[in-house]
Amino acid sequence: MNGQQEFFAPLLDPELPSPAGLTSWNGSDPQVRYAVYRNNVVSSLIDALADTFPVTQELVGAEFFRAMAGIFVRQQPPRSQVLAFYGESLPQFIEQFPPAASVPYLADVARLELLRVRAFHAADAEDFAAETLGHRLGQVEDLSSVYLTLHPSLGLLGSPYAVTSLWAAHQGITDITGVDPYKPEYTLVIRVGLDVQVRRIDVAVFDFIVRLHQGESLGNASDQTHARQPEFELVSALGFLAQLGGISCIKTGKEIQT
Amino acid sequence: MSEHISPAPQRCGAPAFYPDAGLPVHAGLGLKPEHFRQILETLPELGFFEVHAENYMVDGGPFHHYLTRIREHYPLSIHGVGLSIGGDTALDARHLDRLARLLDRYQPASFSEHLAWASHGDVFLNDLLPLPYIEQKLERVCTHIDQVQTHLKRAMLLENPATYVEFAESTMDETVFISEVIQRSGCGLLLDINNIYVSCVNHNRDPYAYIRALPLAAVGEIHLAGFAREQDANGDLLLIDSHGSAVAEAVWQLYEYALRLVGPKATLIERDADIPPLDILLAESRQAERLLQAASNNVQIKEARA
Repeated sequence: MNGQQEFFAPLLDPELPSPAGLTSWNGSDPQVRYAVYRNNVVSSLIDALADTFPVTQELVGAEFFRAMAGIFVRQQPPRSQVLAFYGESLPQFIEQFPPAASVPYLADVARLELLRVRAFHAADAEDFAAETLGHRLGQVEDLSSVYLTLHPSLGLLGSPYAVTSLWAAHQGITDITGVDPYKPEYTLVIRVGLDVQVRRIDVAVFDFIVRLHQGESLGNASDQTHARQPEFELVSALGFLAQLGGISCIKTGKEIQT
Repeated sequence: MSEHISPAPQRCGAPAFYPDAGLPVHAGLGLKPEHFRQILETLPELGFFEVHAENYMVDGGPFHHYLTRIREHYPLSIHGVGLSIGGDTALDARHLDRLARLLDRYQPASFSEHLAWASHGDVFLNDLLPLPYIEQKLERVCTHIDQVQTHLKRAMLLENPATYVEFAESTMDETVFISEVIQRSGCGLLLDINNIYVSCVNHNRDPYAYIRALPLAAVGEIHLAGFAREQDANGDLLLIDSHGSAVAEAVWQLYEYALRLVGPKATLIERDADIPPLDILLAESRQAERLLQAASNNVQIKEARA
């Protein structure tokens, strides 16, 4: 047998015959025995995806999901032993998977589920109580010299589809009959304590937090957001973030330089 | 490679394995997230918990929160499934580093891995795949164990595999291969009784003779688990190491036999699929604990007579 390569290749390619050089005590066809490995590899990886994307699976049914995931597993097997994050590229795969085209919001629902898994396993960090935040900000004169570090678990998703309402309906939180899937939604995902929270936010708050996330100063993020969304209110946006433990560090320009 | 020509057993720079310096000689359970809260609320009487290393290679969140608290009450065994010790390709240095950090954080009483491969190139297959038992693989496995033990600065236990096929090119028995690995690398043996039963049914061997052929003085831990039943192309029984059901009666019998030869050793009830309520697994662990107690009584009687 030509080494491990010959055992490896057919595991992910159903067209290839099982490797030569395998034996069984009773002379039975080793292909059936080799198929146990083939099945273990592919089905365990499909199971890993099903764990990460439960609502994506519910939206299309287990049979469709497992068939789609099987193709994904064979095309893009994991490159890491840590399977918690396997499937990072499943949303892009879904977008280009013609049989899923009739469910245009499926890829964004998968993106939301990825954000939840990332938030679940993200690093722990201190957070500021809202009062502490207010106290610190009360001491600075120029908000354009203030930079906020957001909690490592915080993630954002803007979608032309009502992915968060769809997701919530599949948690039994809301009634799906009232959901219009073609309504844009903006979502913040964050771990509060041990629980991952999924919150719909308005476009202005979304825009603001995206800017903070990209490293803009508090003053700049606020001004830019306000210029585009006049209804934006800095104090309530910061209060919302702080209440969820979304701010883990405040730095002024001076502190950053030192 | 001159380092492999030497006929003397290689000690690989890591401490020689001391079978009794690791886990407490009691029954333990695989730790499942479904049971985190109940374990902390009830603190059941158990010798230790075991976790799969890869599940805890994440930055933070509930897994570390609960494992840290459970670790305060119980000894821990960390069991890897991703090192690919039996692989053709070099060990993944990033994975070895992650493992070192995890062991550093939790200070487990034992670290174990498998005689198998799980990666090819940079593709991770998430299964424990078999290798032919030939000299070239023996040297490769010893080199990998040497690297692991040196990097982790501790001896590891190596688990005997469950397999479904055999290789025409194999030149030695699995038990000979394992004995050689243990002698050359100085690692210990994780005696998986379910794997022995599964492999011996699948390859028509005598599981009792298989146990007798292993270097039992190196046993540092025992695993017990359940299997699934399938058929091969001839309609003969093919057992699958599924960890999805209770420990079978035949495996309990084989365990009692092993305890008579090995003496009492830390014993894990493994369950990785169709996870039942904690109480069901605790009942299985109590059965193992009773057999361990009986085995240690036997040892005491023998010592008293000597």
